Amino acid sequence: MSERKRLRIVALLCRWCSYAGADLAGVSRTKYASDVLPIKVPCSARMDPQLVIRAFSEGADGVLLAGCHPGDCHYLKGNYKALRRFMLLKKYTSQMGIEDERLRLEWISASEGARYAEVVNEMSARVAKLGPLNWRREIPIET
Amino acid sequence: MKPESAKPKIAIALGATCSGCDYSLLDLGPSLLDVTDAVEIVYWPTGIDSKLEDLEAVEDGSIDLVLFDGAVVNEDNLEMARLCRKKAKSLVAFGSCGAYGGIPGLINTGSPKKILLEVYQGLPSRSDKSEPLKFEGEGALPKMLGQAYALDQVVDVDVYLPGCPPPLKLVSSLFGDVLSGKPIAKGTYYASSRSVCYECKRVKENKDIATLHRYHEIQPDPKRCLLEQGIICMGPATRGGCEAVCCNQNQPCRGCLGPLPNAEDSGSEMMSALASIVSLSNESKDSDYSAIFDDINDTIGSFYTFTMAKSLLGRRKVE
Repeated sequence: MSERKRLRIVALLCRWCSYAGADLAGVSRTKYASDVLPIKVPCSARMDPQLVIRAFSEGADGVLLAGCHPGDCHYLKGNYKALRRFMLLKKYTSQMGIEDERLRLEWISASEGARYAEVVNEMSARVAKLGPLNWRREIPIET
Repeated sequence: MKPESAKPKIAIALGATCSGCDYSLLDLGPSLLDVTDAVEIVYWPTGIDSKLEDLEAVEDGSIDLVLFDGAVVNEDNLEMARLCRKKAKSLVAFGSCGAYGGIPGLINTGSPKKILLEVYQGLPSRSDKSEPLKFEGEGALPKMLGQAYALDQVVDVDVYLPGCPPPLKLVSSLFGDVLSGKPIAKGTYYASSRSVCYECKRVKENKDIATLHRYHEIQPDPKRCLLEQGIICMGPATRGGCEAVCCNQNQPCRGCLGPLPNAEDSGSEMMSALASIVSLSNESKDSDYSAIFDDINDTIGSFYTFTMAKSLLGRRKVE
């Protein structure tokens, strides 16, 4: 791998599918980009837009959301809610000037360890191309 | 009447504001006269004949209550905010602009310089487009800061009284506390800690919206919750205290009283709430979601009308 500064990609993973998928990638010793910081959440519907916005505002360069495939949600409809929230949130983040590639929603099941690694690698490469986000909530006053 | 020396001193200063907050004091009606009798007004350019020198002449930290309305967008506002802080025992961010950046906070979606040029040179109604903007010498415009700030982003603020304009009930309770000499704890919000929905008299039943409407597109049922009728109403994510005056007048809440305690960012809370109640019938993995939020063209204008400057992202990405 070429020398570059490590990025901070926050991954919010649903505990039933995607976190188990990430675990599988781990126990299978699949190699993937180390830029990702996985966080376990109870369901993809727990991925409140505020968590994503806070991640960006506090220094994340990208946010990956992952949950069960549609129809497979442990709580029946959680991932549909996640999808709707994501679609609305995406409108906001793009209006705020955050590039599309920095926010991604993927369906990753517990058996898809390889898919998890692939998504993380892809995202890390795309975000690396954009460079760090370095969000500034306020422009400091000079005088 | 109390002797002059025993009266609490009050000043009302302005930043980037439409002065609507000053007018809201007139809503006090005849009781405004009781207030003005019971206090000594040191400085209030919109209400009495007072000059900046009058405020500067007062001893530091001697004014009991300074109300500052308006956001901070240029160097004049900044100077005024700092002067108020120096002279005040207790500084109040008065109105949504002072508390959250308010409408001027929306300049954080672009560059102030561009907006300044647009307003002073680009407008079609302006005849002489070649006249340059003056930032020095006589008749100079105050220099714009890099963005709009809420008052507490530039100086320490003791008390918040949001609202656009501040609701009468909250203004009276502030003056009630001041006149009775009750100490006001730092960080007090003169607003309810419950949402607008608690005060809204509309009937709330089942929140399951098939399509969103913009306000002018439908004739809303005057009794039913506006959100249930597909109109974006910020009520669930906004502090109460206004007695839901807009909703009870058939207008959706726009969120002027700001985020609820511990919520910090009312826009994202509202996005979360809205997305979970707008649903497609028989949602399945083949459902087409592409058109569901098509009606929302401006997410910042819809969800952050008054709170842009104090939101979690605060401003558009700095280029």
